[in-house]
Amino acid sequence: MSDTAAAHEHHDDHHPAGLWRWVTTTNHKDIGTLYLWFAMLMFFIGGAMALVIRGELFMPGLQFVDPQFFNSMTTLHALVMIFGVVMPAFTGLANWQIPLMVGATDMALPRMNNWSFWILPFAFAMLLSTLFMDGGAPAGGWTLYPPLTLQTGDALPFVIFSIHFMGMSSIMGAINVIATILNMRAPGMTMMKMPLFVWTWLITAFLLIAVMPVLAGGVTMLLTDKFFGTSFFNAAGGGDPVMFQHIFWFFGHPEVYILILPSFGVVSSILPTFARKPLFGYSSMVYATASIAFLSFIVWAHHMFTVGMPLAGELFFMFATMLIAVPTGVKVFNWVATMWRGSMTFETPMLFAIGFIIMFTIGGFSGLMLAIVPADFQYHDSYFVVAHFHYVLVPGSIFAIMAAVYYWLPKWTGHHYSERLGKWHFWLSTIFVNLTFFPMHFVGLAGMPRRIPDYALQFTDYNMLASVGAFGFGFAQLLFLYIVVQTVRGGEKASDECWEGAEGLEWTLPSPPPYHTFTTPPVVK
Amino acid sequence: MRLGLSLLLSLLAGAAHAGWDTLNMPVGVTEISRIVYDLHMLIFWICVAIGIVVFGAMFYAILMHRKARGAVAANFHESTTVEVVWTVIPFLILVAMAVPATATLIKMEDSRNPEMTIKITGYQWLWRYDYPDEGFGFYSYLATPRDAILDEAEKNEHYLLEVDRPLVVPTDTKIRLLITANDVLHAWWVPDLALKKDAVPGFINEMWTRIDVPGVYRGQCAELCGRDHGFMPIEVHAVPPEDYRAWLAQQKAAGP
Repeated sequence: MSDTAAAHEHHDDHHPAGLWRWVTTTNHKDIGTLYLWFAMLMFFIGGAMALVIRGELFMPGLQFVDPQFFNSMTTLHALVMIFGVVMPAFTGLANWQIPLMVGATDMALPRMNNWSFWILPFAFAMLLSTLFMDGGAPAGGWTLYPPLTLQTGDALPFVIFSIHFMGMSSIMGAINVIATILNMRAPGMTMMKMPLFVWTWLITAFLLIAVMPVLAGGVTMLLTDKFFGTSFFNAAGGGDPVMFQHIFWFFGHPEVYILILPSFGVVSSILPTFARKPLFGYSSMVYATASIAFLSFIVWAHHMFTVGMPLAGELFFMFATMLIAVPTGVKVFNWVATMWRGSMTFETPMLFAIGFIIMFTIGGFSGLMLAIVPADFQYHDSYFVVAHFHYVLVPGSIFAIMAAVYYWLPKWTGHHYSERLGKWHFWLSTIFVNLTFFPMHFVGLAGMPRRIPDYALQFTDYNMLASVGAFGFGFAQLLFLYIVVQTVRGGEKASDECWEGAEGLEWTLPSPPPYHTFTTPPVVK
Repeated sequence: MRLGLSLLLSLLAGAAHAGWDTLNMPVGVTEISRIVYDLHMLIFWICVAIGIVVFGAMFYAILMHRKARGAVAANFHESTTVEVVWTVIPFLILVAMAVPATATLIKMEDSRNPEMTIKITGYQWLWRYDYPDEGFGFYSYLATPRDAILDEAEKNEHYLLEVDRPLVVPTDTKIRLLITANDVLHAWWVPDLALKKDAVPGFINEMWTRIDVPGVYRGQCAELCGRDHGFMPIEVHAVPPEDYRAWLAQQKAAGP
């Protein structure tokens, strides 16, 4: 009897080697790794598109690309970065960390986990293939507003189907996260003992399930408008182009919190470790996250203040949007209070986490300004908006993802990365990201609209700065790739705890953890 | 080398001539635009003040509470009082922002009793201006020559912001602007007038202005509308009412 039990214990360790291992894997660690590498690949593809944009905008006049291709670049850059980088990277972090943090053996639905990852390469192959199609890649902006998007050539159905695929992948990933968190926590791991990364992901997963079908519905209506004679968004047929914007942003606003809430979780995990002090206000952090998620459903029309809404609508969406500043402020204050009277050290993950707090807050300030409708009429669709959302997404979400990678890489690989190179990466990224996006506030306020391939002469100086910053930031990320590859291949051995102040179940495991962990559930007191 | 040089030159040039104008929202030439500017600056300074407090506390902690200085971690991690305080105070600040914002918005949306009406129509990629009371209208195209865009000729001062036939309007007159589009979405934006509104095919949006200062005010399409979205500028000539009437008579005499 004990023989069979022992044999059973080791049975799961047998898995195919080579490529087939990755195709057939149902292991949360393997799938997490796949997601993260996929995000890294897409990061460089989306980044190359950004550099096409910044290259063209270095000087006034058209130098490199046709305006139509420029528009394709802005469209694809956004789709790739949102659906191909930030969302998969967070799903990868969730796959690796959630089972380790709640003491589960694996994700609750391992086969679906495999499927939800492997949809993505096909979805993005399809999306990127539109670059070679008749009529070019989609160029109507990632927001896909009709009627312009309906002028897309052969690419239109392909971009819509690829969005359907990405949506399916996200929804399955979200179901898996929820099932894992609700069912597979170790004994004693009550909801209010879960690490904040787990909490923020739980809430994110509900947002995903709520809004991805809305996006799928909206883009399907575009498809039927184009090919099956419907007139959802065509005024001549009794439809309304603005209705698409309402549908899109009902998805789109919760989506921006999908892109940021897990970052809050990452930062809330990292700060206590390096401040050697527990997170301040754990329960208020949980409630703040939930409030932000709730509010995210009732603020969508602040993306469309200029469409001609009635006064009452503008006021409602202005007040609701301003309210988001309250729970977001609570989070920032709690982070500062966590650092206060700690015993801080500044390893790379901590640097990225602090960079996140400062620059995300700057993005929050411009967000608050954008909520003020009379002023928004000036900011709307200008570079001020571009500056705002890049501040919350690049030194926001992307910095948080990098912080997470540096923080957990020693656990995943068993090796410490080079602290010296990590710090170089942080400082180069921080300097260049600000050089890129800070001047955009100025040109936006001074009147430069977004999504234009050429601009009036008074905007030249700051555009040059932004372009220099963008190339610097882009090349600095090659250093990140190098550091990660170097750490995977070898380096100083990491202890189980990895970091002096680290607390949580994942740090009780060996580094790297065995292929299957917590086969006997740990007990949390 | 060339890059570094041109960057340095542009920085110097920027410092020399740029000034506040290229850094900030224009104050503009209407009562509304000035109120909007003041509102923008008010919110901006409130954000700066909050930033100083929050980042100040954070940098103090970073400097003083570091292990390298021998700081020993405290163990506090909860305080309902503190949480309530930093929920209520931001809320009150928001109320203080919302009051002037609401008042301004109500004013901006009050388009009653206009003295004249102009209809704006967005096309890919030009504007049309109609004066329905006068029964005439015209198209307004980008005037910048193609070779200037392609770097084959000098770019003049108003590169990409100049049109063949500008919109001419009287000063000191409440003008109602009706806006629509013929093909895809566009948006009509003139920063000096603090006006931006989407042009939606099949629907008519409304805005209004009353310009105090005669002059030329330039803007651009602000909603992505396809290939030449960046090449359909707006040029508004605000002239005294008597000059406007003279211009009108001349236009009508010239025929449609």
